[in-house]
Amino acid sequence: MRTLFRYFKGYRGQLILGPAFKLAEAVLELLVPLLMADIIDVGVKSADAGYVVRRGLLLLGLGAVGLVCALTCQYFAAVCAQGFGRSLRRDLFRRVFGLSQAQFGAQGADSLITRLTSDVNQVQTGVNMFIRLAIRAPFLTIGSVLMAFAINPKIAMIFLAATPLIVLVLYAVMSRSLPCYTDIQRGQDTIARLAGENLEGARVIRAFSRQNDEIAQFEKTGGALSELTIRVGRLSALLNPATSVIANLAIVGIVWWGAHIAQTGGVAQGQIIALVNYMTQTLLALIVLANLIVTFTKAIASAKRVSEVLALQSEMLWPKQSAPAQPGAPRIAFKNVSFAYPDAGDHAVEGISFSLEPGQTLGVIGGTGCGKTTLVRLLTREYDAAAGTVCVDGVDVRAYTARDLRAKFGVVPQTARLFSGTVRSNLTLGAPDASDETLWQALEIAQGAEFVRGKPGGLDAPVEEGGKNLSGGQKQRLTIARALAKRPEILILDDAASALDYATDAALRCALRAHTAKMTVVMISQRASTIRSADRILVLDDGRLCGCGTHEALLKSCAVYREICRSQGIAKEGEKA
Amino acid sequence: MNGKTLRRVLGYLRPYRATLAAACAGALASVLFTLLGPVFTGRAIDCIIGPGAVDFSGAARYLCLVAVSALLAAAGQWLMNVGTRTLSSRASNDMRSEAFRVLNRTPLKFIDGHSHGDLISRMVNDAEQVAEGLLQGLTQLLPGVVTIFGTLCVMTALSPAIALAVVLVTPVSIVFAGFVAKRTAGFFKAQSAAQGRLSGFVNEMVSGQSVVNAFDYTGRCFADFEEICDTLYDTGLKSVFYSSVTNPGTRFVNAIVYAAVGVLGAISAIGGAITVGQLSCFLTYANQYTKPFNEVTGVLTQLQTALAGAERLFAVIDAETERPDAPNALAPAQCAGRVTAAHVDFSYVPDVPLIEDFNLEVKPGRRIAIVGPTGCGKTTLINLLMRFYEVNAGEIAVDGNPLPTLRRNALRGMYGMVLQETWLKCATVRENIAYGRPNAAEEDIQAAAKAAYAHSFIKRLPQGYDTVIAPGGGNLSAGQKQLLCIARIMLCQPQMLILDEATSSIDTRTEMLVQQAFERLMQGRTSFVVAHRLSTIQSADCILVMNAGRIIEQGTHAQLLAKRGFYARLYESQFAAE
Repeated sequence: MRTLFRYFKGYRGQLILGPAFKLAEAVLELLVPLLMADIIDVGVKSADAGYVVRRGLLLLGLGAVGLVCALTCQYFAAVCAQGFGRSLRRDLFRRVFGLSQAQFGAQGADSLITRLTSDVNQVQTGVNMFIRLAIRAPFLTIGSVLMAFAINPKIAMIFLAATPLIVLVLYAVMSRSLPCYTDIQRGQDTIARLAGENLEGARVIRAFSRQNDEIAQFEKTGGALSELTIRVGRLSALLNPATSVIANLAIVGIVWWGAHIAQTGGVAQGQIIALVNYMTQTLLALIVLANLIVTFTKAIASAKRVSEVLALQSEMLWPKQSAPAQPGAPRIAFKNVSFAYPDAGDHAVEGISFSLEPGQTLGVIGGTGCGKTTLVRLLTREYDAAAGTVCVDGVDVRAYTARDLRAKFGVVPQTARLFSGTVRSNLTLGAPDASDETLWQALEIAQGAEFVRGKPGGLDAPVEEGGKNLSGGQKQRLTIARALAKRPEILILDDAASALDYATDAALRCALRAHTAKMTVVMISQRASTIRSADRILVLDDGRLCGCGTHEALLKSCAVYREICRSQGIAKEGEKA
Repeated sequence: MNGKTLRRVLGYLRPYRATLAAACAGALASVLFTLLGPVFTGRAIDCIIGPGAVDFSGAARYLCLVAVSALLAAAGQWLMNVGTRTLSSRASNDMRSEAFRVLNRTPLKFIDGHSHGDLISRMVNDAEQVAEGLLQGLTQLLPGVVTIFGTLCVMTALSPAIALAVVLVTPVSIVFAGFVAKRTAGFFKAQSAAQGRLSGFVNEMVSGQSVVNAFDYTGRCFADFEEICDTLYDTGLKSVFYSSVTNPGTRFVNAIVYAAVGVLGAISAIGGAITVGQLSCFLTYANQYTKPFNEVTGVLTQLQTALAGAERLFAVIDAETERPDAPNALAPAQCAGRVTAAHVDFSYVPDVPLIEDFNLEVKPGRRIAIVGPTGCGKTTLINLLMRFYEVNAGEIAVDGNPLPTLRRNALRGMYGMVLQETWLKCATVRENIAYGRPNAAEEDIQAAAKAAYAHSFIKRLPQGYDTVIAPGGGNLSAGQKQLLCIARIMLCQPQMLILDEATSSIDTRTEMLVQQAFERLMQGRTSFVVAHRLSTIQSADCILVMNAGRIIEQGTHAQLLAKRGFYARLYESQFAAE
């Protein structure tokens, strides 16, 4: 929580001056009932119209000065809160990208997005409200009591009784109703989940004719949520009536007690009216304070979540300078590499060793969860191996700077993720200065030139968020072209052809072979036909290397590989199943 | 404001007329007694004329009245609060339930054609907004209007001149608030645009974090983000500041009203036209009278938002629903499994023909393989067979009965369907297997699981058959989910099958189990299989080759190979050596 204070840097003046101006306004506000008492007790009693008008003008003057103070405060509050929000957002965003993949995975993208957006907004609103109201409401409450004492200490005792009583009622109601809002939120999440599930499963639900049961379940959940809301509502409905009863009874007490004191000349009529006004003011201020507490509770919860992320130190350390490459070393070398994901017990990969020369093609095959993608993550240093070393050009990946290491790879990830913008802005992600010629060439190889040419605008055709306006196959071809456009030394295709039909897949592999002779290619797939012609094939089974060699060699030596080929209709070289 | 939508929303309050009446009575009582309070307080103060001249019995009488009216006002307010909360919550729940019912009766075209996120947001956020808007509208607008009229009446009765002064000054605050609202509307729009841009950007970049890092895009990404933050700062500063001007502004107008009432009242009191107690009553009213005016703008905005939400919800409620089954529609108890299609035309979009003059005859127990490249529209056929979509022309029939003559439930019950996107409910494994037969006996459920090779992995789950499947099936692998879907069909023993055997993303061992389960399921049943495996294709009685949504070839494996057309090329690229 403390860490957040540094984001007030540059706005400290506003942070202090804002409440100060608000305080000034509150002081003026406290003077109003006193002036009114003067009007009545002095002006009316002595029938001095001139005095009444002068006091009236003074009241107007106080209002005007109060307005200026309030506006100044609101402006400072806005500047300070927005400035704070901006600094916090920027820093948080940078830190999110500095997290290691393990930390990122542990937090979850969705949770990080919420923290960057709605949590920061919530804290920002909290700061704004703090400056505007946090000082004013308690000050008005205490000030009213003090003013009451100044007018008549005996009557002021009623304030000492009523004010804590109002606070107590507010506390009792809110401490009971606030936790219920979490339950209401949970109920709404359930409603959203049920609705989503229903839409997602519309076909299956109808296939089994279970619509009526789904409706019944939804209505039951919705009804329960609605009843819960009503129950909580019944509780918070007490807040205003109960507090106003207390305030009104206090007013009754003030007038009654005042009458007794007035009998002996201890207090004047106007003063009693002023005391009544102070009581009303106290009540209003306390209700504002109660609402403020709701805002603050939310803001503090958000602030905690934001600080959690800020407190994370990146676990991934990069050297300031890369070690020099070893000439003549293999392009990629794994030496007895083992790795387990943070919260998993078993190793994801264990004891993996292989090497690959520049310009060679490596195929990696195996079922889901066998560790294929983990190999890529270790190679590109999204994660560090627990044991063994991963070397690129003879240098441990941990001895490269992030920029140098990443410059070597062109990665086509399993899920084709594009960003909103244009075809060009996506293709130039890793190669900001690539020429049109380079981009078209990359598209040709990726089998995407044809469809891009067919789009109005060509390279400048718009790409919607997440590539929504493109088919799965088109997206995948763009991600392949994106990796090629940066002309990497090592091209990694992680099951990159899964959304392509077999014919396009074959054409892609053909083009890759023809145009990327110097590139080292790592190809991961579940299809034997995709990797069968690689210079070297790794067969993974449950994190272990159970075969390494060419297609022909593996057919002879590796039972797992033989089984994969058999189930996919590939028996022996040249023989159609 | 849209009057029609408002009337329709109010229509949802009709079942709760009694509650509404109670809330209104409560509101009236609350306002009435709140207004009476200051009158009695004023009278009590008038009893305190000066030292030695206090009328204690009068003061006591009036103070009792103050206490009673305070209690009654509080009771009325409580009644109103509870009533309106009940009303708004139930009414919005009714609207939400109705929308949900419609979504379960609407043709699939509607669900396929709308973003699910948007539909969910209508059911959750918009329904919530309608409830909140109704609540605010009823609790603020109703008493607010009564307060304005009530105070006006009492003030006029006490002193027409001062009342006139109040009436003349207050509009200033309304005009001011309106002016500010109008000016800030543009700032708010700009701010929410910036906010939208920010969350869109954060969403994309954070979920694509690994890509951003892999392509060393962070530098440009940070620069873009900072630019967005700056825009948000500028627009946010303007909208927050200008909107926060309203409050002090109206407070200042209130101060003017208060001073005017004080001065005019004091001068009247000097002249003896009113008493000091009445002046105190005026001063309280001056505050009370202006309050609803200050709140009204906020309530109106909230009502606008609520009505916009209601409109979005109504758009779902008004969606076209499926034509009900004909009253004499058939529900055959038995089904032989003969499926015919004659001269079927179909398209999703009018004027873009997709399937034209499609003919097919499937004898009972035969196997039809559907093949084609990804995205060729294999699901279209499933949509038509299950009558998720209606054919445009021609006829599909089961055992000679055209689909429209069958009850939908009966038709869909004849098929067992296993799709590639495995859908499981967020419920226990047992409930999921029994989804098609909710009353199935435990041993039947286990037998079905065993037949689908799912029993052994279910046993190994933390709570066995009672394990609750996480939303989206997160705690199961893709293969396990598929086995559960197969078990679900096994339990129903349908006469015909629709299967999608895509098994990418399933590990080798599970894949073999799935394959065996499929084989067992298909024995003796008419089956339509979206085929990916060579063995399935070769053993099919008929292969439908689809491309770009159309059925372009039809025949057995041998016939199609001999034809040397699209299928032959597909086959070569997929299964033959390069």
